[in-house]
Amino acid sequence: MSAEMGGLTFLDRPNSYIGRSVPRPNARRLLEGRGVYVDDVAVARLGHVAYLRSPHAHARILSLETAEAKAMPGVIAVVTGPELAAICTPWVGVLGHFKGLRSAPQHALAIDRVTWVGEPFCAVVARSRAEAEDALAAIAVAFEPLPAVADMETALDPDTPAIHADLGDNLAFERVLDVGEVDAAFRDAAVVVEETFGFGRHTGVCLEPRAILADWAAADGMLTVHHSFQAPHMMQDILCKHLALPEGAVRVICKDVGGSFGIKVHIYPDEMATCALALMLKRPVKFVADRLESFQSDIHARDHRVSARMAFSAEGDILAIDMDDLTGIGPYSVYPRTSAVEANQVVNLTGGPYKHQHYRARARVVLQNKAPTCQYRAVGHPIATMVAEGLVDLGAEKLGLDPFGIRERNVIPDDAYPCAGASGIKLEKLSHQAALAKLKQMMDYDALRAEQATLRERGIHRGIGLAAFIEITNPSAAFYGVGGARISSQDGCTIRLDPQGGIVASVSVTEQGQGTEGIIAQIVATATGVPMDKVRVISGDTQTTPYGGGTWASRGAGIGGEAAWQAGKALRANVVAVAGAILQADPASLDVREGAVVDMQTGTERMPLAELGRIVYFRPDTLPPGVQPEFVATRHYVPKDYPFAFTNGVQASYVEVDVETGFVRLLRHWCVEDCGTVLNPLLVDEQIRGGIVQGIGGALFEHCLYDAQGQLLNGSMADYLVPMACEMPDIEVAHVVSATASSELGAKGAGEAGTAGAPAAIVNAINDALRPHGARVSRQPVTPDVVLEALGLI
Amino acid sequence: MKAPDFAYARPASLDAALALLAAHGEDAVPLAGGQSLVTALNMRLSAPALLVDLNAIPGLAGVTEAEGIVRIGALTRHRDVGTAETVRARLPLLAAAMPHIAHPAIRNRGTIGGSVALADPATEWPACCLAGGATIVLRGPGTERRVAAEDFFLGLYTTALEPGEIVTTVEFPVPESDSVWAFEELSRRHGDYALAGLAATARRNGAGLRDVRLAFFGVADRPVLARGAASALEAGDVAGAQAALADELDPPDDPATRAATRLQLARVILGRAASRMLGRQGGSQDV
Repeated sequence: MSAEMGGLTFLDRPNSYIGRSVPRPNARRLLEGRGVYVDDVAVARLGHVAYLRSPHAHARILSLETAEAKAMPGVIAVVTGPELAAICTPWVGVLGHFKGLRSAPQHALAIDRVTWVGEPFCAVVARSRAEAEDALAAIAVAFEPLPAVADMETALDPDTPAIHADLGDNLAFERVLDVGEVDAAFRDAAVVVEETFGFGRHTGVCLEPRAILADWAAADGMLTVHHSFQAPHMMQDILCKHLALPEGAVRVICKDVGGSFGIKVHIYPDEMATCALALMLKRPVKFVADRLESFQSDIHARDHRVSARMAFSAEGDILAIDMDDLTGIGPYSVYPRTSAVEANQVVNLTGGPYKHQHYRARARVVLQNKAPTCQYRAVGHPIATMVAEGLVDLGAEKLGLDPFGIRERNVIPDDAYPCAGASGIKLEKLSHQAALAKLKQMMDYDALRAEQATLRERGIHRGIGLAAFIEITNPSAAFYGVGGARISSQDGCTIRLDPQGGIVASVSVTEQGQGTEGIIAQIVATATGVPMDKVRVISGDTQTTPYGGGTWASRGAGIGGEAAWQAGKALRANVVAVAGAILQADPASLDVREGAVVDMQTGTERMPLAELGRIVYFRPDTLPPGVQPEFVATRHYVPKDYPFAFTNGVQASYVEVDVETGFVRLLRHWCVEDCGTVLNPLLVDEQIRGGIVQGIGGALFEHCLYDAQGQLLNGSMADYLVPMACEMPDIEVAHVVSATASSELGAKGAGEAGTAGAPAAIVNAINDALRPHGARVSRQPVTPDVVLEALGLI
Repeated sequence: MKAPDFAYARPASLDAALALLAAHGEDAVPLAGGQSLVTALNMRLSAPALLVDLNAIPGLAGVTEAEGIVRIGALTRHRDVGTAETVRARLPLLAAAMPHIAHPAIRNRGTIGGSVALADPATEWPACCLAGGATIVLRGPGTERRVAAEDFFLGLYTTALEPGEIVTTVEFPVPESDSVWAFEELSRRHGDYALAGLAATARRNGAGLRDVRLAFFGVADRPVLARGAASALEAGDVAGAQAALADELDPPDDPATRAATRLQLARVILGRAASRMLGRQGGSQDV
């Protein structure tokens, strides 16, 4: 956190908005229904595209008869995979720093073979979506079903056919990490616990589905793409590459985006095909995924099976962790971030809060004929946290230690930083001890244990679960750039002062509903000294914002915010320099506060910004000689000191388990987390709560269910259960602040912490409730089936 | 997805609606609240050529009581059924069931007649009809039939309705003064279809029960009257009643929930319903 003005920080600036729960400026517009989502963009001559999707998990396309569909009312074009491939080249989702990662070329529309239920292989463009769907039904396809690889457990068996013959088998990636003397640690351990954990597939269900509108204007040589997406510059680069267009010929605009959670940062075949169709047909084409095809074609996540064990000393010190992760990722590694990242994160993060020195992990990433998986909120974190926290609780039980006590004993002490975790992750400054202490007090742990014991005597079975976690935020180029992906880890902000004293800030980080624009407005207002209601923020447009990575991996506030802070400071310096020349004052004696140039020491107003703007823009002839005002400033930022800014936290869950029905009722939930400087407590707390709710979804409700033939069995909102308000507990959030020294603001990310820790806290709470019954669950989602099986009632 | 094209008619009388249904045969479908039908249209699971909207027909909605019978018009919305003074006073089972039906927006639009005619096996009204001994009144072109609930629900989305007929009224006899009731439902989230549900009625018999009717839903291809379990309960044997369910219910094995789980849940809610009916006049769990 930077000190300026005599030891004070930005928090002390006279009109600081930082650290205050100011409402986000776009909230009213969105609540009034004036948002502009992709489907709200009106253009003339629009074609609506619908895709024919594979009903088979794996099949060869023997023939495709489109003549009847082409003759249907309103149909503009029917386009097959080979026809589209002439415009759009295929891609392969691999990264250089994942040694050995393999995938196969993937086309926008499958050419001769479909590899999962939902893979698009033919497009119909029509005057309306309904007419396009009518025509889809008239396309005759002959398939030759091929053996489907559905079960990841057998995907590597010698007699399981390889989905891509060229690869030889279904192993996409394997990583083995072996640190210290793991075998010796287990041999000498007083206590060893082990468990196999299951993590069901789920997906990110956005209020606004994936949507894209591509408009090719041949006269301008410009492809304008309205996209519900997180990373417009990345999309621009990829469209250029695969549609053979120069950089200046593609403009990607992401206006309002109705939720993303990581699923809208990947390259989807149907979205690439929509852009190619616009080029091919020389007219605008729109694709809006409906809810049914979203379940089949949005990326899925998780689907891991982890067998793990943990070694303890007799006193309760964690000595070593040994784990094996198997995950199925669908038939292709998703482009351009790859589908190996989640397993890689599990290896990096498991046991991350603790100070053990011996660690062995193996992750195997296998191909299968199901929807592709890729990065979704808290990539790998809930898996890593569950594995370690589940084992810690098992150890505590065996050792007769309290769950709080064993964690207090084993976390890396707050005074040990900077240091490295057993997996090699570099940790700048974490606060596990302070977070545990705060949580214990906040939840009144001892009283809760007493209540649990009292109710137990009355046949009411409640449980308390804890989960300490770490979260990766503010990634540098170490995440993707070093692997060759053209994904920017630096971001920029351009700020302009207008004649009446208003500010326009243009940023490369993006907004999907989490409040990025609000944070940027707060920072810019604070840095420039202009009231927040005079700050307008522009985001999500490759043509009007600086180049950058967009919003993902909890980086918007920490990286984009710092760029905005630096740009704001630069603009303020430019402003006081010009004001000083006009006022014949030393610029160092001037400041900008509440929209006016003031005397730094006394706060006395010297000149409103509107007057300065009048002179600079309309009477520059009156400026002193040699003064050339620059009322635009741009700054960029990328973290350099550490590959990632790790954050930490601890969550607790209090549940009641009905031991007759297997139903779990969530009573209360707590989270103490440390994202460094809290820029806006309201927005951070809501990020934590929303993240916890998505974690609850994975722990108890959400599950993409496939049968042995690779058919998706529950692809609708009626039978894919998202967490809903009635079932949610009250969630209390508190913070410890360990600012990162890598930036002046000191902010780290907060978007994924809730999801990282919630499932482990809940599952541990369920097991705490079940303990007297000798029952234990380890498979998510924890449905009534899972609990009743554990209790031996079914 | 978008619904395929269809024609739409909004007749102003029941006779006109029945004439349209007769003229178009299987190509026509009546539209009441639309909470299931419109979804099916949008998912292209159903593609009728003509929708016959019943909402402009006078006299199809409302609750009346006469001569020991409560008559609920087919077009009465779920919410209006559950909040009607007559229903709250005479048929508290239905009032207790109503909040379990989906979500408020759906309850404000969906109708009891539509629910009964669709016969989704996991829904509340068909089971209440069975438990309450209801009669379903059907009108066809120039015909009117009255079918006991026990003879109406024939299978998965299958009823005694003939082509061209619509449900006009659901009639419930007013329970005797010594009647007791219970309503239990277990669903994963508020508003979801039941994993297992039970609408139960009985009459007090000293410290015990007689005339027990146990209508389970969500545990077979239709709502089921568990007669063996009812007999055991009348004999005072709750455990025996729970054990009898294994032979009477045929729960589906669906992707998320095993049949064994539904059977276990049915046993649990039977025990809870029995306690309520034996313990006091009636009741249901909180929604």
